[in-house]
Amino acid sequence: MLRTTLLSAATAALVAGSANAQTEIVLWHAMGGQLGETVNALATQFNEAQADFAITPVYKGGYEDTLTATIAAFRAGEQPNIVQVFDAGAATIIGAEGAVIPAEDLIMGAGLAFDANDYIPGVRYFYADSSDKMVGMPFNSSTPILYYNVEALNQAGVEPPVTWEQFEEIAPALVEAGFVPLAQSHSPWIMTENFHSRHNLQFATNNNGFDGAEGTEILVNNDAIKTHFTKLKEWLDAGWYGYYGAGWGDNQTPFENGEVAMWLGSSASFGGLRNSTDFEFSATFLPYWEAITPEPVSTFIGGAALFAMSGHEDGENAGVAAFFDFLASAETQKFWHMETGYVPITQAAYDLTKESGYYEETPQAEVGTLQLTQAAADWNKGYRMGFYVQIRDVMNREYGRIFAGETDVESAFAVIEEEGNRLLERFAQTTN
Amino acid sequence: MEKAQFTSPWLPYLLLAPQMIIIAIFFLWPAAEAIRASFFLEDPFFGTATFVGLQNYSDAFAASDYQRTAWFTFVFVVLVSLISLGIGMMLAVSADRVLRGKGSYKTLLMWVYAIAPPVAGLIGVMLFDQHIGPLVEFVAYFGWDLQVGVDYWDTGFAMIVVATWKQVPYCFIFFLSGLQSIPTSVKEASAIDCRSETRRFWTITFPLLAPTTFFLLILNITYAMFETFGMIDQIVKDQPGNSPVTLVYKVFRDGFRGNDIGGSSAQSVILMILVLALTVAQFRLIERRIHYT
Repeated sequence: MLRTTLLSAATAALVAGSANAQTEIVLWHAMGGQLGETVNALATQFNEAQADFAITPVYKGGYEDTLTATIAAFRAGEQPNIVQVFDAGAATIIGAEGAVIPAEDLIMGAGLAFDANDYIPGVRYFYADSSDKMVGMPFNSSTPILYYNVEALNQAGVEPPVTWEQFEEIAPALVEAGFVPLAQSHSPWIMTENFHSRHNLQFATNNNGFDGAEGTEILVNNDAIKTHFTKLKEWLDAGWYGYYGAGWGDNQTPFENGEVAMWLGSSASFGGLRNSTDFEFSATFLPYWEAITPEPVSTFIGGAALFAMSGHEDGENAGVAAFFDFLASAETQKFWHMETGYVPITQAAYDLTKESGYYEETPQAEVGTLQLTQAAADWNKGYRMGFYVQIRDVMNREYGRIFAGETDVESAFAVIEEEGNRLLERFAQTTN
Repeated sequence: MEKAQFTSPWLPYLLLAPQMIIIAIFFLWPAAEAIRASFFLEDPFFGTATFVGLQNYSDAFAASDYQRTAWFTFVFVVLVSLISLGIGMMLAVSADRVLRGKGSYKTLLMWVYAIAPPVAGLIGVMLFDQHIGPLVEFVAYFGWDLQVGVDYWDTGFAMIVVATWKQVPYCFIFFLSGLQSIPTSVKEASAIDCRSETRRFWTITFPLLAPTTFFLLILNITYAMFETFGMIDQIVKDQPGNSPVTLVYKVFRDGFRGNDIGGSSAQSVILMILVLALTVAQFRLIERRIHYT
């Protein structure tokens, strides 16, 4: 009896010993369903490619739920090694100085190569700090593009619009052919944030908010965007634009049903559309107003990044660095891009995908990356604003009221500016 | 009357202790914490807080949609409480009259109560879906272009229907047991005196159900106010936009989605005061008129 116990204890110690050789790394993410499967596949690839570290991905619910869970865990000292944080939450986690280790420092600290110029321009600075140091590792990145129903446009005898002026010319023909010409799924992201990037317009003071929360003010109350929303409301009234609420899916469905001819969504929507549509569709760049700028620039990304949480041993941090390095490799990015539809974040990964001939079969998959590699400018690196989830709520509310005819464009933007600035001021008070 | 006395003066406190500890841990402590947090703006990660006095309160009231949210909350709570009370009572009275197959009627009517709130919200979302919702197609026959998520009151209507639907069985169960506790002798005596069933209901049954009604009214108000935010989140699909929301949904949204702990705490303290006042008023004004048998 005693012998068996001793023996099993010895075996247990052996097993534990071999397990200890691998350092465990935990990743909290917000990718459900098929995307979650792909994250698991990435983890398996990483675990099989080397023997020192074992990464375990844990699905923690939606973006907001994941961030809230991380905050609670951090305060209890139980934070994971890596956490996925979405664009609107970036200011919260980057603003909490000392909560995360900048990805750039981590990778270089582990003796691995890092060069920000490897990353495509629209991705490079979005999760960086004011000195352009990359803090979050861009993970699932996408950008708004225009999808169109090829048959619908042929039926109306029109070409996809490059500018909003052109859209106004073709819209009547599409209505004539029995379609709602346009819908879009995310007014703050597509029609506001990337409206500013596309036209190279400043979006917030303090260098779009990158220079710190103190004194940052949102510059959303400008003539360019007010004209745009005045037009959108006119288009809505004329039947040229369909508004189906603030939810993403509610606006995508009529495009999939063939009621709407053109839909502004994410470059990552591509895979889903391929499964849900039974007509030929294609994609092109986000339109711009020629009246505002004849030279549109690159949009920036949406989606989320991975952040390395502080408070872990050096051994574990080395594992996180190795994982980030693995993620940024061209092979991994190509796999991720082709599986999910998110853009490849490095130039090398893009070139590799192109060489494989993937874009010849599916040219729609390339549009997002091409748009992100357009000209860089002063105001299309990104933005950094705190309590941004609430600011987006205010935008969505006021836009809904404009479209419902409850308010006019002028007062709506005055409200967004005023409430946005109050939220920013409140956020600045939290970071002292 | 016989009087029982505890032998030790500490024994009653000891017996009360488990309940008191639960109240202290799950109610008093969080409430105190909310009051404290409502005077600060804090960094969510490090909990480093800046004292801001009453700023969180003034900001909450200054938000341009506060009045609209408060007004919708009022309409929502009143309608959900009263309609579910009314339908629950009606169904209970009808089920009480049924002689054959009583059991299956009751089970079917109570069934909905076993549905978890998120599932109820999901079913509501499907029924009211803009593009495929059967209810939307149904009302379209009558010329109603019901658009949940786009039109303010259409969305409000969907929320009220789903919240009421979920609460009706709860009222039904309590009314049914209330009806069964009315003595048969009373019912028979009234049947001899009065032929009109409606009249008998309003003069005999309804007053005898008053304690149950009062109890359910308070529970319904609490339910409509505090337990419906998950369902609301599902109907608005996580994007409230221009849709009507309740005050508690805003607390949830700002606190758990927006990480604004101070602002969210201030809003919950305001609600705490409101509900306290409401409960005191209810007991003062309504309970006096109720006779417990």
